[in-house]
Amino acid sequence: MSWFPENVSTFGGEIDSLFYLILYITGAWFLLTEGLILFFLIRYRRRASAKAAYIPGNTLRQAAWILVPCLIVLILDLWIDFRGAAVWARIKGKVPASDLMIQVTGKQFNWEIVYPGPDGKFGTEDDFQIENELHVPVGKVVRVVLKSKDVIHSFFLPHLRLKQDAVPGREIHAWFEATRPGQFEIPCAELCGFGHSGMNGQLIVHTPEEYQKWVKDHWPKK
Amino acid sequence: MGEGPLAKKMRIFSTDHKVIAKQYLSVGLFWAVIGALTAYMIRWQLAYPETEVPGWGFIAPDFYNMLVTMHGTIMVFFVAMPILLAAFGNFLIPLMIGAQDMAFPRLNRLSFWVFALASFILLTSFFVPGGAASAGWTGYPPLSAKVAYTGVNWGLNLWLLALALEFASFLMGGVNFLTTAINLRAPGMTFFRLPLLVWMELTAAVIFMLSVGPLIAGAVMLLMDRVIGTTFYLPEGGGEPLLWQHLFWFFGHPEVYVILLPGLGLVLEVIPAFSRKPIFGYRAIIYSTIAAGMLSFVVWAHHQFISGMDPRLAMPFSITTIIISVPFALIVFAMIATLWRGSISFSTPMLFAVGTLAVFIAGGLTGIFNGSAAVDIYIHDTYFIVAHFHFTLFSAVFFAGFAGLYFWFPKMFGRMMNETLGKIHFWLTFVFFNAVFIPMHFVGLGGMMRRIANPMQYEFLQPLQPLNILITVAAIVLLLSQLLFVINFFWSLRAGKKAESNPWQANTLEWSTLSPPPHANFEKIPTVYRSPYEYSLPEAPQDWLPQDLPLTSPAAARR
Repeated sequence: MSWFPENVSTFGGEIDSLFYLILYITGAWFLLTEGLILFFLIRYRRRASAKAAYIPGNTLRQAAWILVPCLIVLILDLWIDFRGAAVWARIKGKVPASDLMIQVTGKQFNWEIVYPGPDGKFGTEDDFQIENELHVPVGKVVRVVLKSKDVIHSFFLPHLRLKQDAVPGREIHAWFEATRPGQFEIPCAELCGFGHSGMNGQLIVHTPEEYQKWVKDHWPKK
Repeated sequence: MGEGPLAKKMRIFSTDHKVIAKQYLSVGLFWAVIGALTAYMIRWQLAYPETEVPGWGFIAPDFYNMLVTMHGTIMVFFVAMPILLAAFGNFLIPLMIGAQDMAFPRLNRLSFWVFALASFILLTSFFVPGGAASAGWTGYPPLSAKVAYTGVNWGLNLWLLALALEFASFLMGGVNFLTTAINLRAPGMTFFRLPLLVWMELTAAVIFMLSVGPLIAGAVMLLMDRVIGTTFYLPEGGGEPLLWQHLFWFFGHPEVYVILLPGLGLVLEVIPAFSRKPIFGYRAIIYSTIAAGMLSFVVWAHHQFISGMDPRLAMPFSITTIIISVPFALIVFAMIATLWRGSISFSTPMLFAVGTLAVFIAGGLTGIFNGSAAVDIYIHDTYFIVAHFHFTLFSAVFFAGFAGLYFWFPKMFGRMMNETLGKIHFWLTFVFFNAVFIPMHFVGLGGMMRRIANPMQYEFLQPLQPLNILITVAAIVLLLSQLLFVINFFWSLRAGKKAESNPWQANTLEWSTLSPPPHANFEKIPTVYRSPYEYSLPEAPQDWLPQDLPLTSPAAARR
């Protein structure tokens, strides 16, 4: 069983594998340091026969015992940084060419979802608006334009490993591409008032045919 | 020392740094009880949502938000800071440097009373109409900037006022710490003979003084938005919500080290005394501390990776954040190296000190996950973060704080604490701390968001509920275990074995005077001959060598 919810986005796997890379590195340090502590506590517990050694660790020769491990820590840190930079740039850098653009506006305590309608433009009469339901086709790059009407909300798609705050006064662009059809939750991840707990939408990922059918059934006609 | 006739009669208005330290300690411990009660209510609600909390009743969602807000505020500003920085700093800095009191005893008294006023205001805020602040301990606007968004009016204004006063109090305290340690050191007490705790307290005081200014300005702007209708943080009037986040975290991240460094300082005093070995790499630790202090000013935006700030900013902050692990790794390695070839005994202070080390390592390592901007996309604002900062801060505040209290209790109150009770207290705390906060990581990885009152409202979180229940049960046992400390503390105050002046056979100056020390600390200002950790020196007659003990052998005198 995985610790994470099932991953259904194209970039989610990269976040998960970066997580595991860090887990192996830090896990090794954890076992090494805690193991040493435990070993020293037992091996050097007070006994009448043994006296403590006088080792102030002030000469470079002695201090090397802690400086060299620090150097290794630094190298591993930089490795994690550079591995992470690539993943970050792919997800939060430039948004790739998108097949579909949807406006998501947070407000106490709902997600307002707006589709541009048949003319493909926002702010026109044929815009289609629903609350808390985000319908998207599978395998397409979806660009989400995040806004907020009141306080800061955070648009969280746990199954797609995507999180982005929605800040009043700003338009923030995010994107994702779902890899399988299904229904997933869209909780708000930033404290937004008394209704924060329970502020939750649904992401419905359709097959291409189903999505066309949904558009036909709900969007206004041309 | 600056005591008027009234103050002489009324001990509570004392200017004696030892009395003031105990006053900070008492207020901090009082707040710790309130903080613990909020933790209990939060945990009950999360395990058994929509049921009555035993001893309290039903928790409404807005009341839940108030609980999480006040839990954070209380634990960081009204428990951690008064105990680690103010109480231990006040008590130990003058004693450890061989001074009779602080450089400014009256300023010291003023800073305590301003802190007491801040505490009183925060306490009052629970009882005003609308209740106490409920916009999170980070108080992000616009949520915190308009009454309509939370329904809390004066509660939040008083929260801001209490914080502003508290900052003023600790600014005065910081000035006092610095002036005292620079000017009042006993003859022979060079900077590189200062105990590491003093170095840590000073670094913390400097970090605090340099970082708090922007936040005070930010808090005033927030108060003006709330009270007189300005729009610094409100976009409808041209304001910018993210401005607050930058001001808050420019202070807020250094603040983590303001708490952490004194905690590590306490541990750095206890470990050599119970290993009978000099601390390994004394100067390297000092340089590392200063480096960490400086780095702490350029990591703040790691709290804001997904806040909407320019994504290109994430990488520089991610790199500085992850690199700050290096100076702390050095301090941890130095502690471990001190244990190597020591002669280690396990009195209660040492158990808590080693406990701090063991727990802090895990907390530091999970910080690498959060510092990696890409991983943070997923774990930001989840319980993984909550678990991480409890591993770092619970270790610094409670494990290290207990190590310090058990260690210096004889010096503070002239009596020993009960060892058996202390050891049981340690093991219960250690086991149940881990039983609470290890599973919490997995709840976070499952995706559970912070500050939600009811995880059962989300389908994807429902499978995690057994873990939430386990955490709550363990948390209740953890909280109840602290009663052992309370009993031990009060029982020892009255009936503990009388303490000698140096019960742990330690080297620093506070152990060369009486327990408790007289009003002016030392009968005669001591002269310092050596660094503070000369344990098991081959030339010395016994395995400790007080800083103020002259030694005739030329080899030993050179050190």
